[in-house]
Amino acid sequence: MTTDTRIDIALSEVELSQRRWIKWHLYLGFVGLLIGTLMGVLQALERLDVNLYDEVGLESYYQGLTLHGVTMALVFTFAFANAFLSLTVIRGFGRPLASHALLVGSFVTAAAGVVMAAIAMLLNQATVLYTLYAPLQATPLFYIGAVLLVISTWMTSVNQLLTLKAWRKKHPGERIPLLSYISIMTFLMWDIASVGLAVSVLGFLLPWAFGWVGGTDPLFTRTLFWFTGHPIVYFWLLPVYVSWYMMAPARASGKLFSDGVVRGVFILFLLLSTPVGLHHQFTDPGVHAHLKFIHGLLTLGVFFPSMVTAFTLVAAFENGGKRRGGKGLIGWIPKLPWGDAIWTGQVLAMLGFTLGGATGLINASYTVNVVVHNTAFIPGHFHLTVGTATALSIMAISYWMVPHLTGRRLFSNRLALAQVWMWFGGVLMFSRGLMAAGIDNQPRRIPVNSAPYAQDSWTSYEVLTGIGGIIMTISAFLFFYIIIRTAMNKVAATSDEMSFEISETIKGAEESPAILDRLGLWFVAAVALVLLAYVPVLLSQGLNLDSPGFILF
Amino acid sequence: MQIDRLERIFLFLTVTLLAGVLMAIVLSVVHDGAELPTQAGRINVAEVRDTAPFDAPGVYETAPGKYQAVIIAKAWAFEPAEIRIPVGAELTFVVTSIDVIHGFQVWDTNVNAMVIPGQITEVSRTFDEAGEYNIVCHEYCGIGHHGMFGKVVVSG
Repeated sequence: MTTDTRIDIALSEVELSQRRWIKWHLYLGFVGLLIGTLMGVLQALERLDVNLYDEVGLESYYQGLTLHGVTMALVFTFAFANAFLSLTVIRGFGRPLASHALLVGSFVTAAAGVVMAAIAMLLNQATVLYTLYAPLQATPLFYIGAVLLVISTWMTSVNQLLTLKAWRKKHPGERIPLLSYISIMTFLMWDIASVGLAVSVLGFLLPWAFGWVGGTDPLFTRTLFWFTGHPIVYFWLLPVYVSWYMMAPARASGKLFSDGVVRGVFILFLLLSTPVGLHHQFTDPGVHAHLKFIHGLLTLGVFFPSMVTAFTLVAAFENGGKRRGGKGLIGWIPKLPWGDAIWTGQVLAMLGFTLGGATGLINASYTVNVVVHNTAFIPGHFHLTVGTATALSIMAISYWMVPHLTGRRLFSNRLALAQVWMWFGGVLMFSRGLMAAGIDNQPRRIPVNSAPYAQDSWTSYEVLTGIGGIIMTISAFLFFYIIIRTAMNKVAATSDEMSFEISETIKGAEESPAILDRLGLWFVAAVALVLLAYVPVLLSQGLNLDSPGFILF
Repeated sequence: MQIDRLERIFLFLTVTLLAGVLMAIVLSVVHDGAELPTQAGRINVAEVRDTAPFDAPGVYETAPGKYQAVIIAKAWAFEPAEIRIPVGAELTFVVTSIDVIHGFQVWDTNVNAMVIPGQITEVSRTFDEAGEYNIVCHEYCGIGHHGMFGKVVVSG
């Protein structure tokens, strides 16, 4: 099947070939999800006092935790962003990507990065967690792998921009299609954000791990990590927002209210995602409290576009429900496509995200944070954000994307529906357990049952966390089963199932101010804001390269 | 660009919520004196044990009712592991690390800070209730991390 009727063009050879590379990039992400899941279940079992690390040949709980963090937070999410936001740019502009070499290069670079980082982690030479805080020191192979993963995302970004340039030549003076616009903005945000991690690894950690320099600065590199470490949250989230805005409403027959508001939301993310990183360092020494407060203030600002998103999406679904015959204040809700796993999975992810956002506001609050900082509350929080808003949405989107890319019919919508509900139920238990334990003093990142200070009062939380985690694991395996059966399905997908239908807006691009499309202007403004927020921080810390490396794993 | 009336109301409520959160934070600082760790000085990580006050870790009474606990964090213990003070004491923790990054949380209090090599962490707290308070390292610091803890013993 080579015709996509909704797009109403026969796919060219170029486009078919590009779709194959996008498919492999998506599958690379699934490999990350699989490894992450296997490590996840070991942690869930540990909560129930079943310690299997020796049995599976891992050196420690922390080796498993490093694998879990890197494969989930970097591999799975980056690969999905690369794959999905390449596809959306093709769809948005109605033309293939400008550079085939960059598309292939992005996949090859990411795959090489995954292999290198995986070897380093499996050999227990990089048990430094995904935060890679110096002066814990990993093998150079691990740092190279991490950098390659980042470079693969830059290649996608450049390719998007080249495609925009090529499109503009043929469409002078036209508005950038909304789908392409928000896909490109997501990567522009990340281009700025990822500089911190890249400088930290290339400028400091790698030369130090090779032994070319004798010492490093733990605070400076940590600050650079969080320069990237907060906006990375939006690099996990915004690709999913692209689907929430542009695909989920269409599946529910709903229209987005305003093109301009969506563009504005992504501009706010571009501007505010990065100059907020110090709210992860509220309790750090060596960082002035006033600077922490300024970043804390901007953090409240970055909450705003997510609230706009909540309003816009609910309004679009209400619009859809009413067009389907729903009446009254809540009568439209049952009319929504609850039988559709692709839509329902994303909506459950949104519901999870409301809790994730609310708990995030707690963490981001300058003084409230001390109650929960580095306690189990934090993983409880982010399994609702990256672990559900992002991961569950990606799973649901995959139920559309794999048939779209392979032409094979989704193996079972009913099973897929069960899978997304299981994840939702599982994560609510899991996060409830962790957050309660955190408020009851439990630190994060420990094998609880090996800690000498473990409390009896923690037991009931461990049961929730452990069982919730196991339900999530079963759900993840069900996901892999459905995806494999789909990719191998002998039944072809219908053109309806394969179509890439995108949301219409009630108020279209012609009503949005033209200045919203000045990408260069917004990019420069974002860079300026980042410099304002970070130059004083870095200058006041100074650079002291006197910490030797420690390998304590 | 026209923004719908309902949308305006929602945005107004959002801004109000965030302004409320901001007010609460400001009040916690101005009215209740909540403080975060700030810049309290640097130290050369190789010379910690030769640099005052870390050449003599321990608990000292600096003024009547005021105590200072000088603590070295290392993989995987706090030195000293036990801090003894009388009830009502105002205790300032002065902490640094001789190896990797550690965490420093005193249970059931707002004492929660990072300990970073090369930096000095300072946090204060008045202990008005007798009892034992665990001090737990809450940052991964190697395979012995979950065994790293100490305690504050407040006697009546």
